[in-house]
Amino acid sequence: MNEMVPAHTIGDYVPLVDGPEKVSGRAKFTADFLVPGMLAGRIFRSPYSHAEILEVDVSEAAKLPGVKAIVTGADCDKGFGVLPIARTEYPLARDKVRYCGEPVAAVAAIDEATAKQAVHLIKLKVRALPAYHTAGAAMAPDAVDLHHHRPKNIERDVFFELGDVAAAFGDADLVREGVYNCPEVCQNQMEMHAALADYDAERERITVHASTQVPYYVHLMLSQILGMDMSRIRVIKPHVGGGFGCRTETLNVELIAALLARKASGCVRIAVNREETFITHRGRPETDVRLRIGMRKDGRITGVECEAIMRGGAHSGYGVVTILYAGSMLYAIYDLHNVKYIGKRVLTNTPPCGAFRGHGTVDVRFAFESLLDDMARALELDPFAVRRANLLPSVPMFTDNDLMVNSYGLPECLDWVERESGWKARRGNMSKGTGHVSKGLGMACSHYISGASKPVNWTGEPHATVKIKLDFDGSIVVLSGAADIGQGSTTLLAQSVAEVLGLDLARLRVVTGDSEVVPKDNGSYSSRVTFLVGNAAIDAANNLKAVLIAAAARKLDAKPDEIECLGELYRAGAQDKGLTFNEVVTEALKDTGTITVTGNYSTIPESHGGKKYRGAAIGGTMGYSYSAQVVEVSVDEETGVVTVDRVWVAHDCGKALNKLSVEGQVQGSVWMGMGQAMSEETAYHDGLLVTANMLDYRVPTIQDSPPIEVGIVESNDPHGPFGAKEAGEGSLAAFLPALTNAIADATGLRFNDLPVTPDRVFAALEKRARGRKSNGA
Amino acid sequence: MTRILQLTLNGRARSDAISENLLLLDYLREAVGLTGTKTGCDGGECGACTVLVDDQPRLSCLTLAAVVDGQRVDTVESLVTDGRLSAVQRGFHEKLGSQCGYCTPGFIMASAGLLRRVPRPSEDEIREALGSNICRCTGYVKIIEAVKYAADLHAAGSPP
Repeated sequence: MNEMVPAHTIGDYVPLVDGPEKVSGRAKFTADFLVPGMLAGRIFRSPYSHAEILEVDVSEAAKLPGVKAIVTGADCDKGFGVLPIARTEYPLARDKVRYCGEPVAAVAAIDEATAKQAVHLIKLKVRALPAYHTAGAAMAPDAVDLHHHRPKNIERDVFFELGDVAAAFGDADLVREGVYNCPEVCQNQMEMHAALADYDAERERITVHASTQVPYYVHLMLSQILGMDMSRIRVIKPHVGGGFGCRTETLNVELIAALLARKASGCVRIAVNREETFITHRGRPETDVRLRIGMRKDGRITGVECEAIMRGGAHSGYGVVTILYAGSMLYAIYDLHNVKYIGKRVLTNTPPCGAFRGHGTVDVRFAFESLLDDMARALELDPFAVRRANLLPSVPMFTDNDLMVNSYGLPECLDWVERESGWKARRGNMSKGTGHVSKGLGMACSHYISGASKPVNWTGEPHATVKIKLDFDGSIVVLSGAADIGQGSTTLLAQSVAEVLGLDLARLRVVTGDSEVVPKDNGSYSSRVTFLVGNAAIDAANNLKAVLIAAAARKLDAKPDEIECLGELYRAGAQDKGLTFNEVVTEALKDTGTITVTGNYSTIPESHGGKKYRGAAIGGTMGYSYSAQVVEVSVDEETGVVTVDRVWVAHDCGKALNKLSVEGQVQGSVWMGMGQAMSEETAYHDGLLVTANMLDYRVPTIQDSPPIEVGIVESNDPHGPFGAKEAGEGSLAAFLPALTNAIADATGLRFNDLPVTPDRVFAALEKRARGRKSNGA
Repeated sequence: MTRILQLTLNGRARSDAISENLLLLDYLREAVGLTGTKTGCDGGECGACTVLVDDQPRLSCLTLAAVVDGQRVDTVESLVTDGRLSAVQRGFHEKLGSQCGYCTPGFIMASAGLLRRVPRPSEDEIREALGSNICRCTGYVKIIEAVKYAADLHAAGSPP
């Protein structure tokens, strides 16, 4: 007989535990729930960018047969918003409309056709106001305020200077400035927004299915908007078709469905279309970055001055946090000491921006790594050498803005991509492609947090709580509120609990996504689930293991510390034939009946960031992930078409709990960065979103997408679950500058404005050709 | 106008009274309740609604239900045989060709259509066959691996 060993999966390639549902069509997403008798909800949206509402006339719509309820701004005078300091958005506009497409009224009717017809009968009378579609226009001295509580349309002004930047530039051998523009982009997740709200008038309760990343926030906002006690609300998060940040906030779709359901005393489904999903937005704001870096001849950075202006859209949303991240996350990747940051988040008459994968860090990182590449060239230094000259000296350490860094795999990431890409041998010696094709290599780095150390809603509770139920059948049910949105968190929780108990995944079931059953979770955002919820799952599993060991000890007449747990076998020493898992369960249940245990995790105070400037807590985390990338491009100098031939990416995730998921997350991040860098951009015509479909908002297809080779770097974070940190966001940002650095290597042309489209490249090539001609070249 | 639609849906003969302007996508999802087929865009942009009509991939959001009268329509729900995943489904599951799962039914049906035509496709043929399906999670790297692996499983006898 083979010696029994505990089952284990941590560090393996593990397919998702909910994969069979997804590939068989059984996985239900919000719009897939068909409730007999449910009503179709549809939203009437403002055709104006900025206007005072004089009248919303729904009288004709109300007369249409089949219309069951109509709601307008008059039905709700409570604001909502993700940040407790900025809950100033209404589910349906009240006094003013502030962007083209803002919800003004909504209809519930017996079917989609009737609801659509009713929406066409709604009339909106307004007095037009001047509209501002750029940050510059909204900040003009004579601009009217979008919101009375935000004078001059400044959502947040951030300033800090840590160290002496002027002196640092004086110490530099080279000071260089770059100006960068990163247009607005959006998540464009595959599942369009949907909500299903079912109001029980008899009991005055409501159940809402929502395609959300944070069911808890939806719960809070439903209570606020409906004026209902939280105990009367149930939120269900079914399968969610991606989020990438836009579903971190409660969306107007969910709140409007609930208002309609209550008014109709029934069940209302709103399944908005792709255009409306684009308008609901919460993407990455257009960001203008002015960056100045001082550098010594050896590549060492002496000082940094960064100014970022973000066009935030019509409501506060996450705005304050985004503009703070853009400054705080200058730190914790390189050893910086003299840093000045000026950030402005501006309110404009465009759809509200939000938290998009790599929240706040991506556009500034693009600028930073681009400028480093320029300066390396000017100082005749290798770009890798410049990064290595500025590595953090040692960990653990605190940055000048009080961010705690405990693990730092960036040096290994650099080594991996340098080696695997053949950088040393190939860079500068790239064989020219066929015809007019130039080839080049570029590199860059990025980093990200593993969960914000302070939750948005500070309640004093642990940051994460997981429950485990064990019953007579010997099955283990893990209960968690963590929202799996495709990133694989449910699988990760199953693996973590199974690993501690030494059991096969088949013994476990993970229940998530129903507020009636699962413990509250702070949600799937800022890459917090692996680190915070993973640690809570380990804690819960250890607590259950202690109960089982005590039971085994009782039955075997041994001391608990003599009991060896082999997963399916508990024994007192190697000679003992021991007890099966089921026998241990039977013994454990004798006194207590069904066992439930709780596991908690809280971040440590040292990780909470500092107080050196207002908002300095933003950026604090238990662990930073690190990424380095090399991108190889071919540039067709006849057409301006850039092809990404290959990407090498190394990501320090602390410890890969599931290598399959880590690779998938890192590849997805890199590729999403490629979309932003090369083709994606939301565009407006006089405030009207004109890229609200997937042909004009150009997401890369499989034909455009390169092989992406992933190197996993494991720095084993001392606090991480099994040593792990995040893997789903940190590799996005580095792609953007690695691409433009590669184009610069191939052609000598530097692109500071994104996206780098063929027409932009073509125009730059033409301009250079004209210049050469006029110089007689 | 209402008419009778007769078709073979996932291997079963079926007839329904439908309005002539009903889309195949809405027929499948809302009338029949086969919600595995997904709506991902406002028409012909993303491929999430791909089904097979007489083994050929077709966007059900751009197809009137009335048009498939007398034909064979297969959705993602048809692929599981005797409770087991098909080769393409197993490929997407085991190689992580599916993350959030929303685009997955469309990719799987387009891939199944490919393997029914070309049992051992090259990487170029895979890219071409999936060129009008959008995925926002994977970056497509593991989707290509998934289809290659599915072709191996198919060659070893597993239905596509």
